[in-house]
Amino acid sequence: MSAHDSSTHDGSKDVVVHTSDTLPERFSNPGHPEHHLRRSDQDPRANKRAELQVVVLFLISVIGTIGFLVAYFTVTPAGTPSSIRNSNLLLGLGLFFGLMGIGLAAVHWAKSLMNDHEKSEERHELRSPEPVRAQAVEVIQEGVADSAIGRRGILKGAMVSALALFPLSIAVPLIGNIGGNWNVSTLKHTMWKKGTRLTIDPTGRPVKASDLTIGSVFHIIPDGLDKTADPMEEKAKAIVLLIRLDPRDLKIAPDREGWSYDGIIAYSKICTHVGCPVALYEQQTHHLLCPCHQSTFDVADGAKVVFGPAKRPLPQLPITVDSEGYLVAQSDFHEPVGPSFWERLK
Amino acid sequence: MKALAARRHHRNAPVVVTLLALLTTGGLYAALAPSTAHAAEPTANDIAAGGKLFQANCSTCHGPAAGGTASGPSLVGVGAAAVDFQVSTGRMPMAASGPQVIAKPPTFDAKQTAELAAYVASLGAGPAVPTAEQVDPSKGDQATGMALFRTNCAMCHNAVGAGGALSQGKFAPPLANATPTVIYEAMLTGPQSMPVFNNDNITPQEKRDVIAYLVAQRSNATSVNDLGAFGPVSEGLWAWVLGIGTLIGCAVWIGAKSS
Repeated sequence: MSAHDSSTHDGSKDVVVHTSDTLPERFSNPGHPEHHLRRSDQDPRANKRAELQVVVLFLISVIGTIGFLVAYFTVTPAGTPSSIRNSNLLLGLGLFFGLMGIGLAAVHWAKSLMNDHEKSEERHELRSPEPVRAQAVEVIQEGVADSAIGRRGILKGAMVSALALFPLSIAVPLIGNIGGNWNVSTLKHTMWKKGTRLTIDPTGRPVKASDLTIGSVFHIIPDGLDKTADPMEEKAKAIVLLIRLDPRDLKIAPDREGWSYDGIIAYSKICTHVGCPVALYEQQTHHLLCPCHQSTFDVADGAKVVFGPAKRPLPQLPITVDSEGYLVAQSDFHEPVGPSFWERLK
Repeated sequence: MKALAARRHHRNAPVVVTLLALLTTGGLYAALAPSTAHAAEPTANDIAAGGKLFQANCSTCHGPAAGGTASGPSLVGVGAAAVDFQVSTGRMPMAASGPQVIAKPPTFDAKQTAELAAYVASLGAGPAVPTAEQVDPSKGDQATGMALFRTNCAMCHNAVGAGGALSQGKFAPPLANATPTVIYEAMLTGPQSMPVFNNDNITPQEKRDVIAYLVAQRSNATSVNDLGAFGPVSEGLWAWVLGIGTLIGCAVWIGAKSS
């Protein structure tokens, strides 16, 4: 109370009360607006015209249905995209006119030909009368007493177990369908290792350093991808974008000296935001865009984020050439690829 | 034949047979090998005419010897393919500077374009204009082309080549009206923002497969109007504006009193 007492604020002035005599105590029910006769009520010709309009609408429906049946039997999908298109289009138009005609005709009939006198229905109270409520409570109590749930302990136990176990039939498949592999450490590694050749996606041809001209972009998968147990799973983690820049444009961080080869640089193609394939490369600006949310990475400067929702640079794959001149990986990525997960390092 | 058969054990016979085999193979190769050069080799006259056109129309930005200035890059070594792409699509000569050089009706006819290309090609070796056979869609495999297009091109140019946006006003143009030759040249030379897809990355046969896939998309529309084939954005807009607009209109009509 002391806090309240020490307040200098006068609460009584917060609400301004108007005591005007111009406002009535209660508004009276204005009742229905005056009834206006429609044209079809006053003019027999308008009435006849409305009737004709309804008939025409029903006729449109009849024509639509007949058109649907004709299209069903004459325009059959024959395996080419255009025949499927024509069949879908004609069936859809037939259905549209068939149903729309009936709907419009029914509403138009009700609005223009049936009487439109206003009617009132009083609302009744939602709460049931007292005796009905008392009777309902009595019925429940009688049922509880009759089942003797208080005395028959084993029955109560059986019922509770059945009710408690049933939700498992929904929960277990839900959790089980998330995936069979709960080994989180697989998210930290890809199939790249020392000496794995860089090959072209999807043909699998190995790439020589001399194959890349300046401004070239190669979409890369690791050699031997198709021989792994689950190529799609491995590809989803291991895809790489190989780009050759003018070495003078390239800014190389001191801890990444020797990760690129003569201006050829390799970055993970998986966006660090939510994992879309980042592949829109602008040759002139060296910017790499993600098609999903427009995260933009600067390829010339360590694939750092220059725009968009991504938080981290794309992981870089250290590369070199082997004795035959083919590009190979020096090791796996030095950090997990793709979006963050709960046990991501760094 | 008897005389030949009698001499087949002669000690010079292997040498003679080898020479004959080499001659036959070489002759056949020379006769049948695909020619990578343009159908008609450019003559000195073409190069001279191209040089004059270049001086009159291009040298302001690209320099009198095509060595480049502050306003335009050097053209030494870009090859005839790059010139044919830029000039035949009307991108060059450029009308106004902007985020991207845009295509417009070409300024030069086919002969003048070929002369310009011959002149620029004479300045330094570069990719040549592909032959009609190299870009013939009927000789490419659409399925392989689709796999290649999906991996290398679809993220910018859209899954069916309808084009798409890049950053800061730049865009990947739609490919529906690009000629097979222009598509081939774009892959080979990497104009503007587009990366280069040289013949070691996408081989000439694979380039023809990509062209076959793109040309097949033109006659393969699955709807009467594909709304630009951009997917959920344009289709969603139509569904919201037309579909939901119609439903609201129906609701208003049902609720309104008849006049």
